[in-house]
Amino acid sequence: MDGAVPLFQMEGISKRYGGVRALEKAELSVISGSIHAVLGENGAGKSTLIKVMAGVVAPDEGRMMLDGRDVTFASPGAANKAGIVCIFQELSLIPELSVADNIVISDPPKRFGMIDRGAQRRIAEEALARAGASDIHPLALVKDLPLSRRQMVEIAKALARKPRILILDEATSALTAADVSKIFGVLKRLRSEGLALLYISHRMNEIAELADQCTVFRNGRNVASYKAGSKSDNEVVELMIGREYSHIFPPKPAAAPAGTVPVLEARKLSWADRLDNISLTVRAGEVVGLGGLDGQGQRELLLAFFGVLRGLSGEVLIDGKPVAIGSPAKARQDGIGMALIPEDRKTEGLMLPMTVRENLSFAALDRLSKGGIIDRAAEQRLIDDMVGLLAIKTAGLDIPVGALSGGNQQKVVIAKWLMRQPRIILLNDPTRGIDVGTKQEIYQLMRKLAEAGAAILFYSTDYDELIGCCDRVLVLYDGAVKRELVGAEITERALISSALNIDGKESPVGLGASA
Amino acid sequence: MKDWRYWLAEQRGTLLALGIFIVMFTIYTSNHPAGFTANVVQTAANKGVLLAFVAMAQTLVVITAGIDLSIGMIFLLTNCLASWLVVGTPMQTALGLIAVLVVGLLCGAINGAIVIYGRLQPIVATIATGAVYYGIGLLLRPFPGGSVNEDLADALTGRVFGVVPASLVVLAAIVLVIWVPFSRSVLGRAAYAAGSSETAAYMSGVPIRRGKFAAYTLAGLLAAIGGLFLTFFTYTGDAAYASGNAYTLFSIAAVVLGGVSLFGGKGSAIGAIFGALAFRTIGDLLFVFDFDPLWQPLFQGVILLVAVSLGAFALFRVRNRLEWFL
Repeated sequence: MDGAVPLFQMEGISKRYGGVRALEKAELSVISGSIHAVLGENGAGKSTLIKVMAGVVAPDEGRMMLDGRDVTFASPGAANKAGIVCIFQELSLIPELSVADNIVISDPPKRFGMIDRGAQRRIAEEALARAGASDIHPLALVKDLPLSRRQMVEIAKALARKPRILILDEATSALTAADVSKIFGVLKRLRSEGLALLYISHRMNEIAELADQCTVFRNGRNVASYKAGSKSDNEVVELMIGREYSHIFPPKPAAAPAGTVPVLEARKLSWADRLDNISLTVRAGEVVGLGGLDGQGQRELLLAFFGVLRGLSGEVLIDGKPVAIGSPAKARQDGIGMALIPEDRKTEGLMLPMTVRENLSFAALDRLSKGGIIDRAAEQRLIDDMVGLLAIKTAGLDIPVGALSGGNQQKVVIAKWLMRQPRIILLNDPTRGIDVGTKQEIYQLMRKLAEAGAAILFYSTDYDELIGCCDRVLVLYDGAVKRELVGAEITERALISSALNIDGKESPVGLGASA
Repeated sequence: MKDWRYWLAEQRGTLLALGIFIVMFTIYTSNHPAGFTANVVQTAANKGVLLAFVAMAQTLVVITAGIDLSIGMIFLLTNCLASWLVVGTPMQTALGLIAVLVVGLLCGAINGAIVIYGRLQPIVATIATGAVYYGIGLLLRPFPGGSVNEDLADALTGRVFGVVPASLVVLAAIVLVIWVPFSRSVLGRAAYAAGSSETAAYMSGVPIRRGKFAAYTLAGLLAAIGGLFLTFFTYTGDAAYASGNAYTLFSIAAVVLGGVSLFGGKGSAIGAIFGALAFRTIGDLLFVFDFDPLWQPLFQGVILLVAVSLGAFALFRVRNRLEWFL
């Protein structure tokens, strides 16, 4: 591979949004038959870089070369035609169309000028099989699929376009471990077929397993390029954040508080075919994790506590007393004091076009108003407190929250609920797709809140987080609690083996061995 | 799941509209003094197809998550124009027909251009263009009048083989020639994609603009076909403001009744046709039951409300409250 002519090159690419420099004289070169990892914190310029490559954004200056020839892309369609296909972090699927419609969307097979549905179906089935997702029916509507299946459709869609350069932007963030191992197999095969792959991920273990070459971005510049495996994780993280990097996770308290009445308790909770007889307790000061593969009922469990599901059987107890929580409005009332940090901040957590200020005060408006009139001074005080506590980086309180980076948006979602000083905090995968620095702040915040007496139930798809943050972890499988891990029992091996519903005492099970 | 179940789920709205129509029409004909005869069907069909064409037109735009409030006015304008042009020798009549259709196409294209390239919101843009189209119609026909080639009019509003209403045959032909190719073409899919999620469609390199433009333009054409039929039934042109507005609003009701989502991306013109036929039958029902005409609008509204609610029954089965907002 050394000395080969790069398939694709970027030189001196700069891009400004208003006063913010997203990319500054960035360089990148990609060669055929290799997987190139791009690392960097959110806001480091990775997203802009791939948007430029994929024709979504036009650079202010600089040149791009494909096969040594200058190219410019006016639209994502033009980039696609040149063989550059991107799987974006925000899914690009059309919800009301079927899986097959989506897979062929950019270039449907035609006969007599009309779309050939038979051929379309064959292409879709083949692409799904190539992506290792034959379990998805080509006629199913995308909106009826869970997030992890949609992500697989997204990958199949990219493969159906026969790319020369495939860009994956956090493409595995919503996937189950079993899917990840299948996708890794697919990516390695594509590499051997001579494709160039650009892989963007926050997960170091994925990069270690896949990448041949790594480039680290910081503040819009590429700061380092190196052969995969030639730097330790700590060195890489330091390059990314450009500061000393010690412990990611705050220390846990020596012993979990016991004996007290649990603040939150579930007894034999069942719902539809998603939750099966779940019993659990969370005490004040405890961080309890929910583990397992994605889509095993964790999300539904949190929604059940928050009063979103109808037809729930079993009991929910707050401070030892049974309660019926019929809506999120009821769940956040003073006697209960519950908050839910949702999974999809863009639809369930924030009103993107509204300002940071408005978003922050939504959940606490009843407390900040008298007779229906908002007390602006009290609102301002509380907002200042929160912006300070969470170190939210924003150009002002009156800009649309959609203009913030992903990590800062997530901080706004969390701050919005902290304004009510909740006693029970439910977190649904709060660190998905956000940068290392912000993650670390969230971990510390969680522990601080627990120390102040909050009961925290924390679902994460990242095993490291569960190990680093939780006093106890409940592993869910098929809607039921499969295993409870306490303290030192919380290990990657225990988490993975119980998540896959395998007895953890056998030989070590890695991601690759999943069924 | 089996393939046919996916198909059924996709056609649910259309089948529901068909069901509502069949029930209503059965009640209507079984209470009609003449019963289920070719004559009764012909009269009902002739009244129904006008709204059916306009509802089809509305469907195309609604699929793109837009709305066309000028559709009733294009219908009126083409009616007025046809009362001048679709006359004389067969040759002149044919040229007149083409001219009327081209004007409809043009009206739709103007709407599309303003909405897509001018980036105006469909609701505002089409209120404005609708007023312009009506104004032109009024200049063409300040008073009701004009004429139409009566041989052609009688042929298209009569019966084929003495049983099948000719207007229904034309409607079916238009579905085959315009709707089916559109819905299966790349442009049609682009229109659906843009209505369902414009960002995702853009990111996927879908020709959104061309798809939406085609939808608006064809909507104009379909409204013009409706306008021609209005002329064939009445033999005159009439710029009746209230009638134009009523057709616009009824087309939206028919579209919803036909299972087309006002949020875009979902539904079929065939559903909208059954929605339109069902909507028309509501009026006829009140007639056969000898209601005081004063009560008709009120009952029409109530029945419409009930019919539209049928499509919302699925909401009662929702067990996750978040799905209410999807």
